[in-house]
Amino acid sequence: MAQRLPAVDVVLVGFGWTASILAKELTDAGLQVLALERGIFRDTIPDFSPTSIQDELRYAVRNGLFEEPERETLTFRNSLEQTALPMRHLGSFRPGSGAGGAGVHWNGQTWRFLPSDFELRSHIAQRYGAKFIPQDMTIQDWGVTYADLEPHYDRFEYLCGISGQAGNVGGKVQEGGNPFEGARRRGYPLPPLKRGAGQVLFDKAAREAGFHPFPCPAANTSEPYQNIYGVQMGQCTFCGYCEWFGCGNYSKASPQTTVFPVLLGRDNFELRTRCEVTRVNTDSSRKRATSVTYVDAAGREFEQPAELVILCAFAQHNVHLLLLSKIGQPYDPVANKGVVGRNYAYQITSSVDVFVDQILNPFMGAGALGQAVDDFNGDLFDHGPHGFVGGGYLALWTTGGRPILQHHVPEGTPTWGGKFKRALAENYLRSASIATHGSVMSYRDAYLDLDPTYRDSYGNPMLRLTFDFHDNEHRMSDFLTARATDVAKAMRARSFHAKPRKGRYSIVPYQTTHNTGGAVMGDDPRTSVVNRYLQSWDVSNLFVMGSSVFPQNAGYNPTGTVGALTYWAAEAIKSRYLKQPGPLVSA
Amino acid sequence: MKSPSRRNLLKAVALTPAVAVIPLEAVVRSAREARAAAPAYAQPPEVYLTASELGFVEAAVARIIPNDELGPGAKEAGVGTFIDHQLAGPYGRAERWYMQGPWKQGEHEQGYQLKLTPAELYRAAIADIEQYVRGKYGNKSFAELDAKTQDDVLHELEKNDVQLAHVPADTFFNMLVDNTVEGFLADPVYGGNRDFVGWKLIGFPGPRYNYVAEIDQYGKRYDMPYVSIAGRDAAVRKG
Repeated sequence: MAQRLPAVDVVLVGFGWTASILAKELTDAGLQVLALERGIFRDTIPDFSPTSIQDELRYAVRNGLFEEPERETLTFRNSLEQTALPMRHLGSFRPGSGAGGAGVHWNGQTWRFLPSDFELRSHIAQRYGAKFIPQDMTIQDWGVTYADLEPHYDRFEYLCGISGQAGNVGGKVQEGGNPFEGARRRGYPLPPLKRGAGQVLFDKAAREAGFHPFPCPAANTSEPYQNIYGVQMGQCTFCGYCEWFGCGNYSKASPQTTVFPVLLGRDNFELRTRCEVTRVNTDSSRKRATSVTYVDAAGREFEQPAELVILCAFAQHNVHLLLLSKIGQPYDPVANKGVVGRNYAYQITSSVDVFVDQILNPFMGAGALGQAVDDFNGDLFDHGPHGFVGGGYLALWTTGGRPILQHHVPEGTPTWGGKFKRALAENYLRSASIATHGSVMSYRDAYLDLDPTYRDSYGNPMLRLTFDFHDNEHRMSDFLTARATDVAKAMRARSFHAKPRKGRYSIVPYQTTHNTGGAVMGDDPRTSVVNRYLQSWDVSNLFVMGSSVFPQNAGYNPTGTVGALTYWAAEAIKSRYLKQPGPLVSA
Repeated sequence: MKSPSRRNLLKAVALTPAVAVIPLEAVVRSAREARAAAPAYAQPPEVYLTASELGFVEAAVARIIPNDELGPGAKEAGVGTFIDHQLAGPYGRAERWYMQGPWKQGEHEQGYQLKLTPAELYRAAIADIEQYVRGKYGNKSFAELDAKTQDDVLHELEKNDVQLAHVPADTFFNMLVDNTVEGFLADPVYGGNRDFVGWKLIGFPGPRYNYVAEIDQYGKRYDMPYVSIAGRDAAVRKG
């Protein structure tokens, strides 16, 4: 029997980016806020100290900071006819666990989506005709516009201290930035990072190919910075240990480096770690959340009442919790009914490795040190002749050249033996990889539900992922790979090796941790789980944060948009919901 | 409203400028976990492989990254020791993996579905391979074969051309190659990459921490001494 605890105003499920921001904003509003985090507490010192964090084997290869499948995983299959099997160790994606969530181990690649991305179905139908969208492609408009989110993108960028060069301020194109981006009210808080040798090479070649390269927006500080909450960050040293690691230098934006110092000591905030929420409980009307049930590290069960429940766990975990709590109608792909679990999407990536004569020193890097081309993202080019929907960026990132996972060898090199060794020796300092980062649309047969067989460590049905790449994504990705090859050719490299994404989606090789959908936002409760303010249509004192609300995935990394949506929802809660609790949009 | 559950809390003596409010139990647990999560190299090295199993591993890694005119190979770098320690530790025990049934072989895209931990896979695969080799090559062990014949056996494993009695040959072979590259290129504190031989081969200087002054010196080779997370001396630690 769960022990019932005294009520709080707000309970946050999880304590990563979205929960940290909400905790700050809602404690500012005078509310008593409790965050329940399944993992441990972690902070810059001692957990990410430079004297121990720069360890590729421990963190990048043996998954030191990520969620542990032993405690929590999902089952996976490509299609409805297959039997899903558990993901027994991490591969394709690497969600975080512990305070700060995946915001601890991300690279810091911080993008805005395009204005047309938020009105995708309407935009495509208007430009190319409704028939351009395949029957089984279930893309939809978000219910918010870029204009709605612009102030909130700005706020997140000034929280993080983004280094970058604006490309469009108030409608005026800026030299050196991304000329295709949506209009922003002002430039980035910090100038772009210094370029590495790879960025210089890419920039020149991309210009020769006729494209428009620019420095990628980076949550790695090019200079010391004091953020919107008064928290001080240090200058990035290009040590090359961002992705898979915590930053020991206060240079990569994370909840620890941007929010914790002003949040954790507050009397109206409490964090409980090693507490896994297993249910959101509702009253008999099923329209009001009354509490959450959680299990602590000793296995004891508690019921925590709250006036407001906000799901801030990683994307698929929010969906899992909604399904276990029986909130909202579960999606059924056969009947094509229901919403919870619908429109799971991901990212499709490929690369072209280039081998040059010049020493590139790949170990001098930062998670978001890159030069990119955005000419082929979203609907920035005419899709009519191509017949596919979507796009993505090309970028040459230099994230750190950590040698176990970031050595490149020319095409045809054996994976072992003397020739492999020679290729390692000859190419480590003289190679780089041009990445393509593509959108994934949503489809009728790509979804999340509860597994009929496998159970998690709390005895609950595991989440089941059914997902595959569709022909539209393969054709789009092949197009991006060809454009990356154009850049590689312009580099006049010794050789290059195009690695297109082929075949079915596999959960084995790492691709990205950009899992989206399953609790999508929108204007219509028949096709969305939450309204435009991320509020549950069914239970008005329940909100859902994070990329689980994306109706489909765009061609950019999701964190910038996750941050903007969090500030957007926080404003709606503070300025409207708290004054008159209830649905913010009438269904 | 104020949560009375805060009666059970204490203000943690935080090590950071911010003072965190965390439940006592969580603080105690975090401290315990922090110790439990100490890096493997901070613990006395444990071993797993028998002498003959280690003989197989050392012979195999010597073919995967050979000692040649470019310099020492995986065996000289201590990769046998590295793999032995890894198998004796959390990785070998599949400690973070989901290892509950039901067990079923799926599609390649669904990933590893064997009931064996990495340590168990090594033990089963080495026994199967030695049995195969003794049957085919006049009762010699793998380590006793000449280099050319060893390569032939490894190619057969790689291509799954040999049916081992208990495990899929290619699954084991791919794990062995991955672990060899790890040992050759990981920080020397883990027992491989001894004297930085792996990093010296490719030109990776180790975790040097600050390249602000060098990053835009394009085309220039970086020539500061090689370092480990445990400093320069870690490279000479013997497993």
